[in-house]
Amino acid sequence: MTLHQERYDVLTTRRPAESAGRGSNPPASDLYARRRGSHTDQHETADAREHDRQLPGAGEEDSVIEAQHLTKRYGDKVAVDDLSFTVRPGIVTGFLGPNGSGKSTTMRMIMGLDHPTEGQVTVNGQHYRDLAWPLHEVGALLEAKAIHPGRSARGHLRMLAEANRIPLRRVEELLELVGLGSVAGQRAGKFSLGMGQRLGIAAALLGDPGVLIFDEPVNGLDPDGIRWVRKLLKGLAAEGRTVFVSSHLMSEMALTADEVVVIGRGRFLAQQPVAEMTSRSTARFVRVRSPELLKLRAALDEQGAETAFEDGALIVRGMDEVAIGDLAASLLVTLHELAPESASLEDAFMELTEESIEYHGALQGPARGGDR
Amino acid sequence: MSMTTTDTAGTRVVATPVGRYGMADLVRSEWTKLRTVRSTIWTLGMTAFTGLAASAIAMAVTRAHWTAMSAGNRSSFHPIEVSLTGADLGGTLMLGILGILVVSSEYATGTIRATLAAAPRRPMVLAAKVLVFGTVSLVVAEFGAFASFLLGQALLTAPAPHATLSSPGALRAVAGIGLFLCVVGLLALGIAVLVRHTAGAISAYVGVILVLPIIVSALPGSLQYQIERLLPLEIGSAMINNPPPDAFGPWTGFGILCGYTALTLAVGAVLLVRRDA
Repeated sequence: MTLHQERYDVLTTRRPAESAGRGSNPPASDLYARRRGSHTDQHETADAREHDRQLPGAGEEDSVIEAQHLTKRYGDKVAVDDLSFTVRPGIVTGFLGPNGSGKSTTMRMIMGLDHPTEGQVTVNGQHYRDLAWPLHEVGALLEAKAIHPGRSARGHLRMLAEANRIPLRRVEELLELVGLGSVAGQRAGKFSLGMGQRLGIAAALLGDPGVLIFDEPVNGLDPDGIRWVRKLLKGLAAEGRTVFVSSHLMSEMALTADEVVVIGRGRFLAQQPVAEMTSRSTARFVRVRSPELLKLRAALDEQGAETAFEDGALIVRGMDEVAIGDLAASLLVTLHELAPESASLEDAFMELTEESIEYHGALQGPARGGDR
Repeated sequence: MSMTTTDTAGTRVVATPVGRYGMADLVRSEWTKLRTVRSTIWTLGMTAFTGLAASAIAMAVTRAHWTAMSAGNRSSFHPIEVSLTGADLGGTLMLGILGILVVSSEYATGTIRATLAAAPRRPMVLAAKVLVFGTVSLVVAEFGAFASFLLGQALLTAPAPHATLSSPGALRAVAGIGLFLCVVGLLALGIAVLVRHTAGAISAYVGVILVLPIIVSALPGSLQYQIERLLPLEIGSAMINNPPPDAFGPWTGFGILCGYTALTLAVGAVLLVRRDA
């Protein structure tokens, strides 16, 4: 958690209240009730929304996206299986899972594009289909180059802006912001994947929404583009917005996300801060180099540590660097290296998914949903 | 909810309007969609062009051969019908294709998901498409019909007899074929909502318009006429011709066509809501 906190503070001067306590979230039904209650007066609804967005600190303890027992079946195939999670404002929440694990399906269900077989998902306490001005509340990049190849970038953004009464000057602003100003009038069919991705991001930002959903936003981007997207996502979160971004690349999430929701085969596996995810992993070990490795190893084994040789160094698991150093000192063994190595997010992820697959392989059916 | 103000990082650039997105917003959006792709200009241009070209050629040829034509051919010559046949057939194909593309190109390109994310009330999206495409196709079809008629009749100089808009049945034929083309284009749009793929929708539409008449013509006599008069192509012909005795009258046929279109769009709306986008 501390690492998580530090990393966040580098990015923004504002210290988000949410980092302090995950467990103290008030029930999201409060938010739900408030929104529902003001439904009779459209003025008030708009005002309430305005407040939430102008005061990023205000809504931070509420979860903005809330999935409850979300399930999607295609015939016999289960794409998303009893998935429940929440996404909060002010941080980048990664949505992590191998290809085909149900990330895109879940995102389409959030957007009201695919209908859940069971369960439900709400955004700002409402079903997506009930949003008054969807693009003012939620912006999404769901697939690269979902653009008519004969339509210009300007035309594409314009038709979306008009559908939600967004001023057309905003279209021009965004074209400049994403670096497509000079090609705005050209047919989008000529665009590279990266340019298509930038246009998709512009479309997501069009209504200046408080909630952003990105499905694999760095796919097909060059290194510059990838850095640009990372900065953008963090910046949007720092402004108090809710940012939910999927990836199958753990390394990407390690750099971008503050918290991750991990799924495998459509099932919920974990939701935790990125920093916690790596520290919890058993893949953590200490690398030791010494001229008297054999002597040290015998002592370590005696203490119950797990040891193995690798490239002339001793890899020690089950004992931290402090204990190993103390032990070496007591034996008067000289140390040349004593290096704790934390597992990569990738290792942690592999561990998590493997466990889940074994677990679910062993306990078919009846154990469904019991892992939460 | 605390009411403390914070820094300006989260202030909004775009104000949320009061109320809720509605038909007017979606109509504006659909109009932009329609006019920002080239296929619209092409199909609409071709609609007007085929009508005018077919009328001009048919009339010029008739005029040139008039003195050599047999008395029978002269008496069966129907100047209103001949000037509108091109507009009828060309418009049926071109506006049908445009009606299909209005829907199927969204599925082909994935734009449909952006559209439905902006406006999750799907029947309203379909209604906006119907309104915008219906209006545009009606204007273009009426323009094509009147222009084809007037050009054709102008080329049909004496001694060949030409019709005017005040000739019996002329105004009905000209204005009616424009209405027919608009509704048959909406039928195509409805088929595209059901089928969703461009090639599939065009096949289904061409099947209904052109292939079905061929199959029906293979049926025995009386049955053939009973079914034929229910086909869109025949309904169009009845609009620009003096219908044969066993056909429906022009407006009865038009009513039947409106029924097909309404039914297709209604089923389309239900499927649009039920299916995943």
